[in-house]
Amino acid sequence: MIEVKKLVKRFGMKAVLRGLDFNVQPGEFVALLGPNGAGKTTFLRILASLSRPSLGDVNVAGYRLPNQAAQVRARLGVVSHLPLLYADLTAEENLDFYARMYGIPDAPSRMTEVLQMVGLEARRRDLVRTFSRGMQQRLAIGRAVLHDPEVMLFDEPYTGLDQDASSMLDEVLKSVAAQGRTVVMTSHDLARSEDLATRFDVLSRGVIVASASRESLGNANLLTFYKQALAA
Amino acid sequence: MQLRPSFLKATLAVVRKDLSAEFRSRELLSAMLVFSMLVILIFNFALELEPATRKEVSAGVLWTTFAFAGTLGLNRSMAVEKDRGCLDGLLLAPVDRSAIYFGKVISNLAFMFIVEIIVLPIYSMLYGINLFNPGLLLVILLGSIGYIGVGTLLASMAVQARTREVLLPILLFPIVIPVLLSAVKASSGFLTGAPMTEIMPPLNLLIVYNLIFLAIAFMTFDQVVEE
Amino acid sequence: MTPKPTLLKIFDWLSVICLIVATYLALVFAPTELVMGQVQRVFYFHIGTAWVGLLGFIFSALLGIVYLVTKDMKWDIVEVAAVEISVVFFFITIVLGAIWARPAWNTWWTWDPRLTTAAITELVYVAYFMLRAGIEDPDRRARFGAVYALLGGLSAPITFMAIRLFRSIHPVIIGAANENQEKMSMSGDMRVVFFFALFAFTVIFIDLFWNRIRLGQLQEKVERLKLKVM
Repeated sequence: MIEVKKLVKRFGMKAVLRGLDFNVQPGEFVALLGPNGAGKTTFLRILASLSRPSLGDVNVAGYRLPNQAAQVRARLGVVSHLPLLYADLTAEENLDFYARMYGIPDAPSRMTEVLQMVGLEARRRDLVRTFSRGMQQRLAIGRAVLHDPEVMLFDEPYTGLDQDASSMLDEVLKSVAAQGRTVVMTSHDLARSEDLATRFDVLSRGVIVASASRESLGNANLLTFYKQALAA
Repeated sequence: MQLRPSFLKATLAVVRKDLSAEFRSRELLSAMLVFSMLVILIFNFALELEPATRKEVSAGVLWTTFAFAGTLGLNRSMAVEKDRGCLDGLLLAPVDRSAIYFGKVISNLAFMFIVEIIVLPIYSMLYGINLFNPGLLLVILLGSIGYIGVGTLLASMAVQARTREVLLPILLFPIVIPVLLSAVKASSGFLTGAPMTEIMPPLNLLIVYNLIFLAIAFMTFDQVVEE
Repeated sequence: MTPKPTLLKIFDWLSVICLIVATYLALVFAPTELVMGQVQRVFYFHIGTAWVGLLGFIFSALLGIVYLVTKDMKWDIVEVAAVEISVVFFFITIVLGAIWARPAWNTWWTWDPRLTTAAITELVYVAYFMLRAGIEDPDRRARFGAVYALLGGLSAPITFMAIRLFRSIHPVIIGAANENQEKMSMSGDMRVVFFFALFAFTVIFIDLFWNRIRLGQLQEKVERLKLKVM
């Protein structure tokens, strides 16, 4: 579903990603782990077609970036630590706007479906301004799945959430993944990733330094695996 | 569900979103309006608008007011997109970037027109000048299009810079001087009842400027918003 | 470090010689203009610097387009070089113009199309550098700079035309003069000095441009070496 070969991204002369290889099969849920400044967000922005690769091949959902960005965007849902929502619009109006931007047919019923999924059906007519951080993040997920994307990217979705909000977000993320979508999530919260992901990749200094599936990890501790990967 | 909206539908979606957000909060419009009133009041003291010279000076006062209020609106309109990551949200949609540009231009123009429609009668009343001249309205239409067309492009650059709000007028004013000059010239021509031979050159210049700069903005907008 | 190319060294010396000769020609050789007197001598350098400023300005707009199409950083370095030289020479032009204007038009400054356009162009450049200073990412800085240089390059001639709609008192040197403008006539010797000044400043422009591009390339190299060390 995602194929990345020898990806290089430079900002000026500073290389953030240095020949990164990355493959994701359909239906996989990959947690992309790594310390701050490893290039996780940069990498995700390239997959999301928001940033252009300097060198290398990037294919998402069968289309090549950056040339076929429009096809990729139609099949892609993104949740970042920013909500990407308009504070002066209601939950419903925000979704309605994005439904128009994605050309979704029969938008009202899809919106209701999505609002139920993220548990905000009762607040649909309230301004996003009045929402708590956790509610905004759930609505942001609703926004991202509105057009039923095949691939989803989560960039630090737990940033700024308290315990309750994080647990609720867990449920929503699980239901998103359960619908057979391919997911890549960056996080520095190992415990949260451990529950959700089927595969763990460690990104350090611009390359993937280790990768392990949930099965191969077995009973071993994710934290041990992570520390070994970074030390290597 | 891999459907993509048409260019027009995407443009209208952006306009609709901006208008409904603004009609709810009225933050941008009220700021622009109050500021316009203040500028006109300050001009009243600064220029001692004598009845005899009012007609000549009015065009300049009006356009200065619109230009200042316009930067306020442009800054706010782009800051809303940038602050909560909404610009990324727009860019993630499978639509042409220029549809986003034209959507923002149309909504910024709508705000500008609303301010102008309110300021004009108040100015007429305060200074006893009849501003309801179809020629003047045409100049305001053309001048606003040029101003907002370039302003929207430059505002989307300015919000991505460290200095943000401070930067927009500095970037915008030297580039839109032709718009302001010819708009002032044509407006005062209409207000003083000058012959059409005197009014046509600045009007033509406005049209040429608008065509050139809208085309350039159309071509360069994706370079400005993408990484 | 790569040594300075021989041709560039030749240009360095040639510029110095040209500047000395042009100064001599303008101050000593050229006959004193009958109407304006000695102050007219400033005109040769005024035109020379204006020409160079204009050249850099046109270059920067074209280089902006080249950068936007190729996305190659080397064009950004050349573009910045062109803008930097232009901003300095336009400033000199404006100052020399003011020195000339004082006795000729009895005022340091008039809102004549050329003067005003030069001043606005100068402000476009200042804005250009302020824009660049506010952006961290080098690629984005280059892209925004290129777009802005292009916008500035397009608006300057339109600004000139717009201001021209008002009346001008600036003398037209070459080409058809408007009926309402005084035309300055030049004798044969004056023409020699005039064209030599143009030539001299073109050489100086090429030399500075080349040196500035080289400086930009060396800066880039230093950045790259710094990154290697880290």
